[in-house]
Amino acid sequence: MKAGPLDSGTTGQYQMSAPDSVAASASEPVSVDTMLDSSKITVRDLNFHYGKFHALKDINIRIPEKKVTAFIGPSGCGKSTLLRTMNRIYELYPDQRASGEILLDGCNVLDRKQDLNLLRAKVGMVFQKPTPFPMSVFDNVAFGVKLYERLSRVDMEERVEWALRKAALWDEVKDKLHQGGTRLSGGQQQRLCIARGIAVKPEVLLLDEPASALDPISTLKIEELINELKDDYTIVIVTHNMQQASRVSDYTAFMYLGELVEFDDTTTIFTAPANKQTEDYITGRYG
Amino acid sequence: MNSSLYLRRRLINAFNLTVSVLTTLFGLFWLGWLLWTLFSNGLQWINLDLFTQSTPPPGEAGGLANAIVGSLMLTGLGVLIGAPAGVLAGTFLCEFGRSSRFASVVRFVNDILLSAPSIIIGVFIYGVVVVSTGHFSGWAGGLALALIVLPVVVRTTEDMLHLVPDQMREAAAALGAPQWKVVSAIVYRAAARGIATGILLGIARISGETAPLLFTALNNQFWTTDMSQPMSNLPVVIFQFAMSPYDDWQHLAWAGSLLITVTILLLNIIARIWLREGK
Repeated sequence: MKAGPLDSGTTGQYQMSAPDSVAASASEPVSVDTMLDSSKITVRDLNFHYGKFHALKDINIRIPEKKVTAFIGPSGCGKSTLLRTMNRIYELYPDQRASGEILLDGCNVLDRKQDLNLLRAKVGMVFQKPTPFPMSVFDNVAFGVKLYERLSRVDMEERVEWALRKAALWDEVKDKLHQGGTRLSGGQQQRLCIARGIAVKPEVLLLDEPASALDPISTLKIEELINELKDDYTIVIVTHNMQQASRVSDYTAFMYLGELVEFDDTTTIFTAPANKQTEDYITGRYG
Repeated sequence: MNSSLYLRRRLINAFNLTVSVLTTLFGLFWLGWLLWTLFSNGLQWINLDLFTQSTPPPGEAGGLANAIVGSLMLTGLGVLIGAPAGVLAGTFLCEFGRSSRFASVVRFVNDILLSAPSIIIGVFIYGVVVVSTGHFSGWAGGLALALIVLPVVVRTTEDMLHLVPDQMREAAAALGAPQWKVVSAIVYRAAARGIATGILLGIARISGETAPLLFTALNNQFWTTDMSQPMSNLPVVIFQFAMSPYDDWQHLAWAGSLLITVTILLLNIIARIWLREGK
């Protein structure tokens, strides 16, 4: 990142106002004093290892319900890793382990007894690179739905249309529902993946740098989409792009070297961060 | 710019290019000669009788119908046994075993089987099936061919599944699909052409095998579709007829050789075109 979301003129201003001592304490889940929203996901003392590498250190955070929460931080800080613990997708790889608690509506999803597939049906995910399945647009969206619901043909058609409309893709693909999903453009493919994710009606949507492989116009569409989706879903987004975080999110968490440095509402993070590291990062001094 | 350095690099480039073109031509030269010999000697003996008459006694007219049908049945049996087993084993190696010790042992053993001389496989099936049943049979032949197809398919299946990006598996798993569903509905579909190509190459590989059939299906002068009997097949007929002093038999051997070669060539070409179109 070359420049922060704010021009250099304002940088000095919040350098003065940023108190150094108010760094978040690590023992309790970081929650914002003014945060009146109820939390959907509560992470407690989460540690994560890739083999011997300690990637997440004592993470505590509350993700508010039906809001957009952004994770920002330099590459390798653990923001994607944190996201990937929330649907336990990391378990596809044998040497990755998480310990601690992640409470989804009060239930610890890291519990052995948690049914993985049910968890993932509840907590959807969209990845950095668009991953349309090698099947038609329609079947791409219907794939996840068929896993958990038996719908009649008509109901399924309705559901697919609903999901595609929600993902702002319907008008572009309504005449090619039975063409291969891989034949869409990159931006369309990513919106197809979002449609596929919301078609199963999850409660949480995890977005792992959903726009970083897209052109500016497609990025804009995705961002508009996120704004609309937050009425119905709790959204957590990982992004490299700080302007994007400031545009789409209600709350922002800054992570650095596997630790959660600061978590607050987005305006505060971007105008008056409590922590010096956060401030240095968003003003473009490192990262 | 240092012009002598640049000149030197251009010379090296020209030299390497020349050598690689020459070696390519060297390989193509033999292939071309082989095909030319086959066509010039074999094409004149390709006729309808070849596909309708059975192999004749010396001095009489005949065809290769029993050998062609035998070859098809033996190859079919080999693929029917070898391909599903190979696809499943390859799936295990890529999707379920991955880096486990058991998987690496299986992979190693499979590589040995892949490079095992086919005559050894023939002798093995001879010992296990032919000796214990007391006679040569189509079943034994098909089984020997299955053992040759198996490692080819295991290997190509695993390789092709590895080419499917992990993101695809993650995306499917993230929708709540259990692993078997991820593999059967998404990964197989993404790798389908590759796996089918592997099977086609396996077919091409066994359709010319002689050694394992000499010890198992042997040969049969007459038309038969009974797999429990010795069975005629193109490679062994070619072997026998080409070595014979009879002109008629030698002509049939030429025709049969051309038939096999063209079939294998076509299979390979189809496999390659198909794989390329899938990309």
